This record gives sequence, C-alpha cells and structure tokens, in this order.
Amino acid sequence: MAAFDIYPEYEIVRNNERCTNCRVCEKQCANGAHIFLTDKNRMAADDDKCVNCHRCVAMCPVRALKIVKTNHTFRENLYWTGKSIKEIKRQAESGGVLLSSMGNPETYPVYFDKILLNASQVTNPSIDPLREPMETRVYLGSKPDKVVRDEKGRIKIDLPLHIKLSMPVMLSAMSYGSISYNAHESLARAAAEAGIMYNTGEGGLHEDLYRYGKNTIVQVASGRFGVHSRYLSNGAAIEIKMGQGAKPGIGGHLPGSKIVGDISKTRMIPEGSDAISPAPHHDIYSIEDLSQLVYSLKEATGYTKPIIVKIAAVHNVAAIASGIARSGADIIAIDGFRGGTGAAPARIRDHVGIPIELALASVDKRLRDEGIRNRVSIVAGGGIRSSADVVKAIALGADCVYIGTAALIALGCHMCRSCHTGKCNWGIATQREDLVKRLNPDWGYKRLVNLLNAWKHEIMEMMGGMGINAIESLRGNRLMLRGVGLNEKELEILGIKHAGE
Amino acid sequence: MREGMFRNPSGCAISGIFSKSGKRFSGRQIIESIAVMHERSNGLGGGFAAYGIYPEFKDHYAFHIFYDDIYAKRECEEFLEDHFDIVSFSQIPTRKLPEIKDTPLIWRYFLAPLPAKLADSQQDEGEYVIRCVFRINTGIKGAYVFSSGKNMGVFKAVGFPEDVGRFYRLEEYEGYCFTAHGRYPTNTPGWWGGAHPFALLDFSVVHNGEISSYDANRRTIEMYGYKCTLQTDTEVITYIIDYLHRKQGLDLKEICSVIAAPFWSVIATRPQKEREELEYLRCVFDTLLINGPFSIIVGFEGGMMALNDRLKLRSMVVGEKDDMVYVASEEAAIRVIQKDLDRVWSPKGGEGVIVTLEKGSA
Repeated sequence: MAAFDIYPEYEIVRNNERCTNCRVCEKQCANGAHIFLTDKNRMAADDDKCVNCHRCVAMCPVRALKIVKTNHTFRENLYWTGKSIKEIKRQAESGGVLLSSMGNPETYPVYFDKILLNASQVTNPSIDPLREPMETRVYLGSKPDKVVRDEKGRIKIDLPLHIKLSMPVMLSAMSYGSISYNAHESLARAAAEAGIMYNTGEGGLHEDLYRYGKNTIVQVASGRFGVHSRYLSNGAAIEIKMGQGAKPGIGGHLPGSKIVGDISKTRMIPEGSDAISPAPHHDIYSIEDLSQLVYSLKEATGYTKPIIVKIAAVHNVAAIASGIARSGADIIAIDGFRGGTGAAPARIRDHVGIPIELALASVDKRLRDEGIRNRVSIVAGGGIRSSADVVKAIALGADCVYIGTAALIALGCHMCRSCHTGKCNWGIATQREDLVKRLNPDWGYKRLVNLLNAWKHEIMEMMGGMGINAIESLRGNRLMLRGVGLNEKELEILGIKHAGE
Repeated sequence: MREGMFRNPSGCAISGIFSKSGKRFSGRQIIESIAVMHERSNGLGGGFAAYGIYPEFKDHYAFHIFYDDIYAKRECEEFLEDHFDIVSFSQIPTRKLPEIKDTPLIWRYFLAPLPAKLADSQQDEGEYVIRCVFRINTGIKGAYVFSSGKNMGVFKAVGFPEDVGRFYRLEEYEGYCFTAHGRYPTNTPGWWGGAHPFALLDFSVVHNGEISSYDANRRTIEMYGYKCTLQTDTEVITYIIDYLHRKQGLDLKEICSVIAAPFWSVIATRPQKEREELEYLRCVFDTLLINGPFSIIVGFEGGMMALNDRLKLRSMVVGEKDDMVYVASEEAAIRVIQKDLDRVWSPKGGEGVIVTLEKGSA
C-alpha cells in the first residue's frame, strides 16, 4: 500500500508573505508538524502530523497560520463515508483497536437542544437577580425520611453528611496522570475559589493538593490507584467509580510511559508500569457487593463522608440507580454518552451508552415512583456545554451537574481530541515537562473561575425569568421545560410537554 | 373541561376573620369583606371556609360533596356506607340566585369511620379519611368531596364570592373563623370543584398567587402518596401543609420556615440553635419551598395562619381589634367591617401570622 494512502484531515495554511521564519510554530508543535527547511530557509508543514489543536495558530506572532479542513474527499457516498473508509484502512494497517479521546462526536440527537425554557409573563412576576436575592446554593446528600424530636420536643439535627456547593456545578473526575499536575492544580484551586468540588479521578491525590481537601471529591475506581486512608479522609466526599459515560463497560489504561515521578508515587505503582483499571471492580460483581464497598468506605472514614456512586448512562440505568439508592450511597452520579475521556476505544465511545437527558429523566422519575428520591442526590454529567444545559438538567431532575470538557476548554483545551497521544500542546493531557509548564495554574484557575461565575450569572438570569429565586425550586420542575421536534415517546421519557401545549 | 385537565393560573382576593376568644359570629361579615374586592375576581370562582359551625356534630367528619347527578350520589353513598357510620346527612341549604348557575347536587354528611374498617386499614383515622376522600374524588365519576374536616365546612361555587356567600346562606352560619376567596382564573373551567378554598380534613387554604415552583412541589408531594388531580397551586399547597403537619409533625411556625424559607443570608445571621434548625428544615424539605408570588390564609381547627411568599410579591394586610384578627388582600376589605382597628400592619415576606383560640375558649 502506498505510504500516503490516507490524506490528512487538516491542512496547515501558511501565509508566506507574513511568515518571518521565527520558528515559534516548530518549537510549539509537539507533534512535529512544522519543519524548518534549512536549505531553502523557509518553514514547511507535515499535514499528516497536525491534530488541529491551534497551538501554532495561537502562538504565531504574525498571524501567518491557519488550519483548514481538507477539501480532498473520497467519491461522495452517504453510506460509505470518508471516515468509515479511513478507519478500515487504518485497522487493516495496524490490526488494532481504534483509539479516540473526549466525548462521542457522532450525530445522535442532542436533547438539550430540543428543550426550551419558560419565562414569567403577566400572571406572575419575573425576578431581577441584580435587585433581589437569587439563591444557587446546593446541598448534596441523603435526606432523612422523618423528622425526629428529642425529649424536649426540639428537632434533632441529624442531617446525614452533605456536600455544600455555591452553585449546582462540580468539576468531574479527571485523574492526575491523564491530565497534568498543572491542570489538576488549576481544577483544585478553581473549585476552592468558586466554593464547589473537583474530583481527583482514579489517580490518587498529589501531596501538594491535600490542602484543597474541603473542595475535593476523592475517587475510588476499579484499579484502586492511590487509595489509602489519608486520601479517603482528606476529601469532602468519596466517589466510587463504577462506570464512565465515554466508555461504559470497560476499564482504563494509563500507559507506563506516563507513570513517571510523582504520578508513580501518587498512584502507588512502580515507575514505567502500565496502570490498568479493570473493567469491573473485582470485588463488585453485584449490587450487594457495591453496598459492601459503600459501607467499607464509610467505616474507613468513620461515617464522616458522603459516598457518591458514579455510573455510566446505560439502557437499564433507572433500575440500577434505584438499586444504588438502596445500597447506602448518598449521591448518584450519572455520566451520559457525550462524556469525555483521555482515551477510549472509538467504537465503545461512539456506540455504547445513552444520552444523559433521557437517563436523568428516567432515573429521577423511577426514584420518585419508588418514593426514594429524597434518599439520594443526583449529579448529571456527560456533555454539559453551557449554563442552559445546567438549567435544563436541573429542571429535568438533577441536583447538580458535573462538567469536565467545558472545564478543560476554559483551561486552554482546543478540543483536538488527541489526548490519548500524550502530546497535548496546551499542557493539559500530557506529562511532558516542557508541555506541562505551558499551562500556568495561576492563570488557568482564574479562567475556570471566570467561566463558573459567568454560568452562575446566567443561571440566575434564567431562574429569575422563570420567577424562581432558589435553585431547589427548579429541581425536577419539568413544567418549566417544553420540547421542540420531539416525538411522543421522547416527550414521555423526558416527562415534558411539547412547545405550544 | 374541568380543573385538573390543564394548568390554570389565577389571580385572586383573599380575606379571613378570626375570633381569639372563640366567640361565634355570623358569616355576614366575611361576605361584606370579600365583596369590597370584587374587581380582584372575575366571577369564575368564589368560596368560604367556616370553623366552629357544626358544634352539634363536632366529633364527626363533615363531608361536603358535589354530585353531577343522582347516579354519582348513589354510588358515592354506597361507598360512604361501606366505610363510615353516617350519623346525619342532608342537602346543603341554598338560595336560588340568577348569578349562580349550573348548580350541582350539594350534600352534607356527618361521618364516623367504621371501627372495624379503620382497624383493618392499619392507618390512623386522618389518613383513613383522606384516602377515602381521594378514592371518591378519583374513582367515582361525578362525585367530588370538597370539605372533609370536623366542625368546619367549605362552601364554594362558580360565581363572584359575594354571590356564592348569599347562595349558601352563609349569614345563617355562626363560627369563630371564616376565610374567603375570590378567583381570577386565566382560563374558564366553569367547574365548582375547582373553586377555592381547597381543604383536606380541617385544613383549608385560600391563596392568591401563581407559584413558579409548582411542578417541583407537585412531583415531591406526589412521592408521598398525594395526587394532585386539580393542577392548582392551592391544592398542592394544602397537601404540603398537610404532609408537613400531619406526617412530619412540624408546627405551623416550622412549616413557614419550610414553605417560605428564609434566605441563606438571613439564616446565617440567626443564633446558632435557630440557625441549625432552619438549615435543617431547608435542607430536608428543599423541594417543598414554595417559590413565586403567594399570599395564603390557612384555616385549621382552633386557628388561622396568614403567610406571604418570601419576597412578598402579593399584597396582604393584617388588622387587630380586641380579640378579633382580620387578614385581607387589601386593607379596605378589613376597614369595611371594622373601621376602628387597634393595629394594622403588612407582615413581611415569609413571616407567618399565626393566631389560635385562647385557652379555655370555645
């Protein structure tokens, strides 16, 4: 087969009139897409290596660069698309599983975009968040079924452990290892500044970040990397990761090349050894086993931490969530199929799992039908792109959302979706020291806090428009939603009416 | 079309009169009071709740029931006989008026649960009665129980409230507390069951407003076995109060801290004990917070409570004269029946005004 059988997806376009041969692009590109031709004294590009991450475009001092999608195509065919043909060719070449990063990019329906919000007109007033209090504070955790009083008739303050958040958004699990130390530090500091939580993911917690414990969710996943008693006690809550929206049903794999220095120490595995998280937890083959782990973790921390169980949104998610709610968990996190990842087999990412909107609506309904919705909080994640998605998720029934991809974009990610190569030019999904230092946490955390503040303002505006001044009055308030272009079944599952009804 | 088939936001007028000494007075005053606020209703619903009006049957549940026809009545009475000892029953006396049309059959029953049935049900008496009410209202076509408390009764119809009062000959009843409601719905259901007050056992609610938390509240309260068949704010508010009071054992002040919870910033300024309790109530019952504009008057055995939403997005005034307490959407509706008030004030948002009978009265 010819060496250039597959034409590159992107072309680097250089304006030679502007280019000064400063070679910044060459230094900035970890993929080696820019080459200086010494003999010709000019820059050239290897489009095959370009991932369209925009690092060179952003750093070029004279705006001489842009990246365009190639207009080179296969003979057009709606069924045999260029993508399918290329993937077959790649696999015929390599004999391997196709790898991919970030969330499912395919053309499945996006229900958030087919749901519209309500606003007050005439019969009740909208509320101006600039003039009236507007409350976005959220408590996550289990609520007692019955108020109990002491012998003097006073209410016993026996509220189970809760997480307190200034707004209904948390930063979802991204492990130290899959992302850089500087990215982790940015997440931790942003969470502390914004009064929310970030999540360690399954890579343990770096010693330097213990001081952000009050804003940390520590994760326990199937590989149990970096889990020890100090780690567990340091977090505000513990999350058991059963599944991930980007790759339901499979585990994780951090190659030995990334297990270096502090990562090896934090994960508590030897340098250079692959960190393989098994597909299931090998001590959880059934729901009763999960309950044992929930209580083991509670025992280990003296019943001082709420326990989150995170699952991927799969077909039977409502029944699974109901089982989890009865297993001692305080919070259930559901991760939809648009959820991101540092690396996943493309077929799994693109074909397994269901949309978070449908999963969330059916879980919320099932827990209510069974009278146990108060026993757990629901966190919805997997593809939350804006404050409007947050508001819609809460009105569908979530207590709070997780954001991962959006947080990384705030830190500088350009969604080139090549995290699995480990050569992130923006210093996020890499462990190469020269690349990591490109992300300055002092600057990164501020941008993330900006994003959170902006969303908070927007959430308050939308709430005020609906005449609601406390976020809990929005939770599960599905009358505030209407569908557009959805069929009867979709509306039924979402539990909303069609626009105009 | 009838209430429950669609959501029907309403604006309204409310009024309430309470004698702390338990002195019984006629229903004439409450009609005069609500009549002043004529333009706050649009003739599509009016009603009253009266307390202390059935002293001769004070230990029996007084069911007021609308029947569409004689068949519904027959079926419903069969059900009542199966579940209760019917101590007395009669048609509720009314006066023919040109303003009040499409009158259903309106009957009143004084009931005691059959002890054997009650024991079998393994429920307390209140729950047993409520479940019977739900079964009639959702299971027997054309029958609707709109009042089910002891020594109290609801009287309501489609029409202006003052006409509804005259229709029911309210001036002939004497009680220690009356509340009234004039309705301004945005739709025209024309069904009597949809008028207010809405009542469950001895709790009755009249409400002015349109709550924006409706579906969050409805979906929460339905989890605890209530069925919101009318899709009105008043219905869901009544259920929330019943749930918090009867099932969770909260007192009225505590109920106010749930349904019109103080802002977190206010809670933070309270002394520790109180702060902990307020935080607890707000956390545990977060989705029972009632958001958006409302003013309500809640009637119950031996007392009355007036409450505004926490931003006070609806007008509500309270007046006092000797042992009498008056509440109304507008001060004029109080002044018309009592010019000379000792005190008149506008309670703050979320600040419940609770009055109860003095010890030894009634």
